[in-house]
Amino acid sequence: MNIPRNELLAVGAGLAGAAVLAFLPLVTEGFWLSVSVNIMLYAAICTAWALFSGPTHLVSLASAAFFGVGTYSVAIFIDVLPFPALVLIAVAAGALLAILVGLATLRLSGVYFVIFTLGLAELMGQIVTWVQTNFGGTIGLYIFTDLTEAHLYWMLLALTVIVFMTGWLINRSRLGLALRIIGNDEAVARHVGVDTARARIILFAVSGAFIAVAGAIMAPRYSYITPDAAFNPMTSFLVVIMALLGGTRRLWGPLVGVVPFTLVMDFISGHFPNQTAVIVGIAFLAIVYVLPDGVTGQLESLFRRRRPTDQGLLATTVEEGR
Amino acid sequence: MSVPLLAIDRVRKAFGGLVAVNDVSFEVAQGELLGLIGPNGSGKTTMLNLISGALSPTSGNILLSGQPIAGLAAHKIARIGVARTFQLVRVLPSMSAVENVVAGAVFGHNRLWGGEALTLARELLARVGLKGREEIPVAAMTYIDQKRIELARALASNPHVLLLDEWLAGLNPSELRIGMELIREISAQGRTIIMVEHVMDAIRSLCQRCVVMNSGAKIADGISASVLADPEVVRAYLGDDDDA
Repeated sequence: MNIPRNELLAVGAGLAGAAVLAFLPLVTEGFWLSVSVNIMLYAAICTAWALFSGPTHLVSLASAAFFGVGTYSVAIFIDVLPFPALVLIAVAAGALLAILVGLATLRLSGVYFVIFTLGLAELMGQIVTWVQTNFGGTIGLYIFTDLTEAHLYWMLLALTVIVFMTGWLINRSRLGLALRIIGNDEAVARHVGVDTARARIILFAVSGAFIAVAGAIMAPRYSYITPDAAFNPMTSFLVVIMALLGGTRRLWGPLVGVVPFTLVMDFISGHFPNQTAVIVGIAFLAIVYVLPDGVTGQLESLFRRRRPTDQGLLATTVEEGR
Repeated sequence: MSVPLLAIDRVRKAFGGLVAVNDVSFEVAQGELLGLIGPNGSGKTTMLNLISGALSPTSGNILLSGQPIAGLAAHKIARIGVARTFQLVRVLPSMSAVENVVAGAVFGHNRLWGGEALTLARELLARVGLKGREEIPVAAMTYIDQKRIELARALASNPHVLLLDEWLAGLNPSELRIGMELIREISAQGRTIIMVEHVMDAIRSLCQRCVVMNSGAKIADGISASVLADPEVVRAYLGDDDDA
């Protein structure tokens, strides 16, 4: 199939941009490299999140669950297997968890799906704690590796590139079209012959596997891992906020939200460590009220006033929840 | 007699104690344009939902070219070759006209992809009278144009059976004439159609044969003109003298 010229240009520009970014650890270290790791981390997770939640309009708060599963895949096997194998385990574990959750939530939509996925991270954390206290002896696990901050950065950059390429390929495939139809009207999707359950589960698995890999890559940074840290629900909330800030209608939408938000968050948590949660909450409300379609959605509507816009992710979810 | 294209065999659908479709049987021949009529709440739309897989029957069989389809998931039935429109028009609002139709071509019975799907979608849009408006977002279209999109989307899957659920409802008189002409054309090209309809003029002029339902049961089945004159059918629509 022939690929439109503008898409090829976008892919080329993206790859060139990634190549330039790959030199970053050579020119800076310390604070800015650490901030860059955070940005790259959320770029990967938010884009992966939006792969599923963008087209289906189902807001998933399961990011922390996948992230934690990835982190623990590394923590458990770090002494016996090489790191690349651990990443593969994270892929399998993340995908498996997503498939199970996908099967369990097939009939859920709107707010019910949100609550289920929120509970999932908590459940996973509790299960890990229970297993460790009953069979492992201690709550935490140590991770010692030779991986430096620069290594983490490069791995996260590679992951982000892979997530983007996957998203692009999905958008060009039958699966991508199926998801757009499901996002528009699930009943119509079924009646034109879309296996909606299959499409939902495949995409959730892809998205979950990527987020688990991000968790696996970040594991060496923590060096001591506890369920509270690995399955921290804040991860899920931050992912949703950043992705919504950027907008989920375009593949690169979340990225637009990630970069400024991570920088601002870093400043806030540095200067007002005790008020961080409050500020995040206010930011969430502000984004939902002021920019329901995100920055990119808002810009698009401004540029083409005449085209009636797609309903925003939140608008649809709120409606379904009623 | 050859095997009918679609055979409905003692199909029943109960919602708790309410029997919406009560052991209904009828057959549809290849190329036929069948009218399915009856007063409000008589079970017509439920019948269509059972055929298209939106609902699964409590009991009974539905055979498409001899293959049982009753109770299958809607997407499977769509792939086997049943396409439908909806009583309250359902387009894909964020997609353009041509994308709406492509949706039918890609996932339905036809399973085309890429250029082929696009070409077919453009042809069908031209056939339903939307030539030159392929790229317009459907949310900006009028009611009848959205209905045309739905029809084109259903045709795009090249279905064995096309189900039209009150496709003519809500059209003004001149639109109604256009709509009826369109159905006549599609039928003349050999497509098998079941149309649920309240517009009696359309049934009289389009459908050779019709099936009448009342309170979930089939009360008449035959040549439209004689069925519509049947006292029991008239009573179902207008009520008994005693009721008045």
